[in-house]
Amino acid sequence: MPNMIVCVKQIADPEAPPGSFRVDEAAKKVLPASGVSQVVSPFDEQAVEAALRIKDAHGGKITVISLGKDFVGDVIKKPLAMGADEMVLLEDAAFEGADSRSTAYALAMAIKKVGEYEVIFCGRQAADWDAGQVGSGIAEFLGIPSVTVAKNVELVDGKVRVERVVTDGYEVVDVSPPVLITVSNELGEPRYPKLKGIMSAKTKPVATWTAQDISADASQLGAAGARAKLLKLFVPVKEAKCEIIEGENPEDAGANLALKLREIKLI
Amino acid sequence: MAENKGVMVCGEIIEGKLAPITLEMLGGTRALADTLGEEVSLVLMGSGIGNLASEAIAFGADKVYVVDDPLLADYQTDSYLPVMEKVVRQAAPNILLLGQTAIGRDLAPKLAFRLDTAVAMDCIELSIDPESKLMLGTRPVYGGNARGVYACETRPQMATVRAKAMEPRERDDSGKGEVISIESGLDPSMIRTKIVDKVKEEIVGIKLEDAEVVICGGRGIGSPEAFKDLEALAKLLGGAVGATRPPCDDGWVPSSLQIGLTGKIISPTLYIGVALSGSSQHLAGCTGAKNIIAINKDAEANIFREAQFGVVGDYKKVLPAFAEKLKELLSG
Repeated sequence: MPNMIVCVKQIADPEAPPGSFRVDEAAKKVLPASGVSQVVSPFDEQAVEAALRIKDAHGGKITVISLGKDFVGDVIKKPLAMGADEMVLLEDAAFEGADSRSTAYALAMAIKKVGEYEVIFCGRQAADWDAGQVGSGIAEFLGIPSVTVAKNVELVDGKVRVERVVTDGYEVVDVSPPVLITVSNELGEPRYPKLKGIMSAKTKPVATWTAQDISADASQLGAAGARAKLLKLFVPVKEAKCEIIEGENPEDAGANLALKLREIKLI
Repeated sequence: MAENKGVMVCGEIIEGKLAPITLEMLGGTRALADTLGEEVSLVLMGSGIGNLASEAIAFGADKVYVVDDPLLADYQTDSYLPVMEKVVRQAAPNILLLGQTAIGRDLAPKLAFRLDTAVAMDCIELSIDPESKLMLGTRPVYGGNARGVYACETRPQMATVRAKAMEPRERDDSGKGEVISIESGLDPSMIRTKIVDKVKEEIVGIKLEDAEVVICGGRGIGSPEAFKDLEALAKLLGGAVGATRPPCDDGWVPSSLQIGLTGKIISPTLYIGVALSGSSQHLAGCTGAKNIIAINKDAEANIFREAQFGVVGDYKKVLPAFAEKLKELLSG
């Protein structure tokens, strides 16, 4: 029965209307928009789902790790409500100002402390900064193989079989555990927590660890361990200039659209 | 680290040819290299690379590092990573660029961490800061809602480049360059993964990335069957059908049709978005589209903020009349 670890991130809902999106250019930070809730990053929910499908088939234990701050209990515990077993929250001022590298380092150190694992799952990228580096970074710090952008993961004869999405299809890759896998949206919809799951999540173990708890080297953490520097953050300017093609009725408007495309020589 | 010099591109080979992204990067990096007064080099890894090095020189490389080994026939992290590490340590480039492709996405972060530097992923623009001489990488963040400009002071300064963010150069067979062969140093025991099968999703008609006309359907299309209407329209216009994420995730269409941040990047002359909201992560794949047309029953849909022309209405009523009129115009 495999021990599995899933790394997840709490972010502002990426499905919020783009119109509500604002940044503070001086602070190089995204401003929280009113009414936009916190969620588990969607690709990370799919990583949880990938682990749960293996647990459904083979049993095992799933430990969820999240690095962040201002955790919202009901949000970050969603993987437990979906069926994961334990959770570790990494919360410490020393983690702040991190880039992908120092985030991967902290998560790798936490994974070492968790100890036994066969498969580590991450989302292919967090749906806020969209970098897609942390999963690969964890594998590099742990010295284990990784397979990225998976759409299906199974255990076959003691090996992990991964369908990895490539440009015009997918590759089937076999690898012996321990392995790190990043999961893509092609895996399909993650399950909704059932009421029973939500109730049992309340009693599942949740630990909070600091930098000291994971025996991390302070020079590798947060801003100190970061190599990438964000110099500027801005929202690209858009000119609203859409010409709405009218008509007596929708059919008429459709025909007029065709005439318009001919008029501007697009067809 | 003043000794690091040159702009290095990590090349990709598709079916025995230099990949489009590689030609684009060879073209686009020339300006960076000229600003710095440095050379452009290309790394080619594969099995049976043949005359591709001279191809690369014709498309702008001053120097080509060739690593030819049967173990490099397929991309695998465990084979390409140590080879790239070896080449970079030997050549000590100032800047290292990879494509934002299935290979680059996988290889770049690991290589950056191993070299103790940083990589800016999925850049749409690269430039040199006039004062610091550092490379500035601009990349979409927050699903395309914002842009971040990144730099790093360690070497090599790394970035992955989005498809179609740069232009290839005209082929010039009189170009001169140097070819350097490097031993891979690989042994099979280093490769911990095994590719047991490759499944190609059949593409009927024109490839999405190459299409001049793209008809894209969203969640509002409602069913897999209804995508047939989009196919008919695409056929009429000699184009290809694409989709936003929900129809792919729901299995209405193959995921190879997905356009967006995590899907295909397209640059058609004409893009028609049907019954899709225009989420930032989808539009991130359409940045190269020259003319955007939207059909959606919701006048508030974000796609209308991007489109030049739009029709507000139920696509089931708008589309047949649109297609009918097109037929008439195209035959007349």
